[in-house]
Amino acid sequence: MSPGDVAIVGVGATPYYRRGGSAPRSIVELTGSAILAACEDAGLSVTDIDGFAYYSMAGAGYGQSMDTAVFMETLGIPEVTFSATITSGGGGSAGAIGLARAAIMAGEANYVVTVMGLQQDRGRLGQVFGLVPPDSLSSFLQPSGLYGPGHLMSVLTRRHMHDYGTRREAFAEIAISQRANALNRPSAIMRTPLTEDDYWNARMIAEPLCLYDFCLETEGAVAVITTSADRARDLRQKPVPVLAAAHGGHKDWGRAFTWYGMPRETFASSGHAAIAEHLYRRAGVTPADIDVALLYDHFTPMVLMQLEDYGFCKKGEGGPFVESGAIRYGGSLPVNTHGGQLSEAYIIGMTHIKEGVEQMRGTAVNQVADAELALVTGGPAHLPVSGLILGRAS
Amino acid sequence: MSGTLATSLPPEMVKIAVDAYTEPFWQAAKEDRLVAPKCAACGHFRLPPTPFCPECRSTEVSWTELSGRAEVFSFSVVRGVPGLPDITLVAAVLDLPDAPGARLVGNVVDVDPDEVRIGLPVTVQFAPISDGWKVPQFRPV
Repeated sequence: MSPGDVAIVGVGATPYYRRGGSAPRSIVELTGSAILAACEDAGLSVTDIDGFAYYSMAGAGYGQSMDTAVFMETLGIPEVTFSATITSGGGGSAGAIGLARAAIMAGEANYVVTVMGLQQDRGRLGQVFGLVPPDSLSSFLQPSGLYGPGHLMSVLTRRHMHDYGTRREAFAEIAISQRANALNRPSAIMRTPLTEDDYWNARMIAEPLCLYDFCLETEGAVAVITTSADRARDLRQKPVPVLAAAHGGHKDWGRAFTWYGMPRETFASSGHAAIAEHLYRRAGVTPADIDVALLYDHFTPMVLMQLEDYGFCKKGEGGPFVESGAIRYGGSLPVNTHGGQLSEAYIIGMTHIKEGVEQMRGTAVNQVADAELALVTGGPAHLPVSGLILGRAS
Repeated sequence: MSGTLATSLPPEMVKIAVDAYTEPFWQAAKEDRLVAPKCAACGHFRLPPTPFCPECRSTEVSWTELSGRAEVFSFSVVRGVPGLPDITLVAAVLDLPDAPGARLVGNVVDVDPDEVRIGLPVTVQFAPISDGWKVPQFRPV
């Protein structure tokens, strides 16, 4: 991979809605609107689109899906030469840009869309593992009552607290600092401050996790367009170069919190250590070079564990690092300057890519001054997990 | 929350799916026996049971009866699940000292959730679920 051989040239999004709020819009109309908005942003016609690089098996949240032929039929896209998805779930979000890159560098497509949309009226995130009938593997998990992703990740969290002395104060800091980042954003669902009292008085859902450790259950769609560096130069926006993209992971993480067979150190992690190594090597940068980190935040402790796996602090020191205030807007490593999935909206990782692009264009609402490198992650989940390093638009 | 003993989901809410590789585990559970698949070629234990040994790729399995002793590796205290807002579950990931490397996930029951900690020694018992099957549960030794 040669850093910057492809670039993100367009982003588009619908408004974000609370669960149930996007009706009567359909998933096709939401995702189609996001694609059209991304084309407009890029200065492309939707008829230029010739590739689709999905993740999450082209699923649209829980119980719905996206389909390339439907997009072609409804949006009038004449011909597609690439249509593929990364496997598993939200872990592939950032990596889908790498899938788009693979298509472009292989000469199989020129303008590739990555899109996600979701509505939660048929199924909601909090019950996602209870929605599907048991299979021979999940039968070793589901009888315990670990229904939702938060239940599952609370078990990893407790081990991290046990092994390293991590405190709930760190999770509170993540929730409160991200809420602070959402307050001035018209797009954010949560725009009132989250106080210490709010956090500590919140209902416990799966101890040690409380309500505010959980991300939002929201609706909407986000689309991103990737093209070659050469083509990017002719478009409306300054292109945001993709310096590195990676997806995958190590067997020791595997099915992660639907398996629980991870060795001790990997158990209390985000499963991203292998991705981090590939990303930094491919981009030729180090953790110290990253100016803003957009870390997939379905649950607060998984942000903390990614900070460790990405080398912003030593393994086990995520708690003190966070509690120092380092991840605040204005801190040494601003994290989730858009409020993230905890406070802006949960579109299964896509808002992190959008914020990464805006930070690198210099147009973010909470712009990190002179930011030159943004880390964007997908995941912590059943492999593959993924990551992306973006460079400053030029 | 102290004083509320941890329980498990009502039997009718718990269904499992069984295939050729996992059936010996569940058949043994029906007889109140805890077994684990040990690779017949290299001795590596694995759970859940799967077609190949991940260490040596052998498909030969020696089903080994375990003592039922286990140790809490980590756990969650689940306060309410869909349809049962007041239920308290201790869902635990368990190390099995006589099947090293293999772990089970199950409820620790009949215990004050505040008394559960990582490292707690527990022992197996079996509880009925749907369709005549049983699942392993654990209680403090």
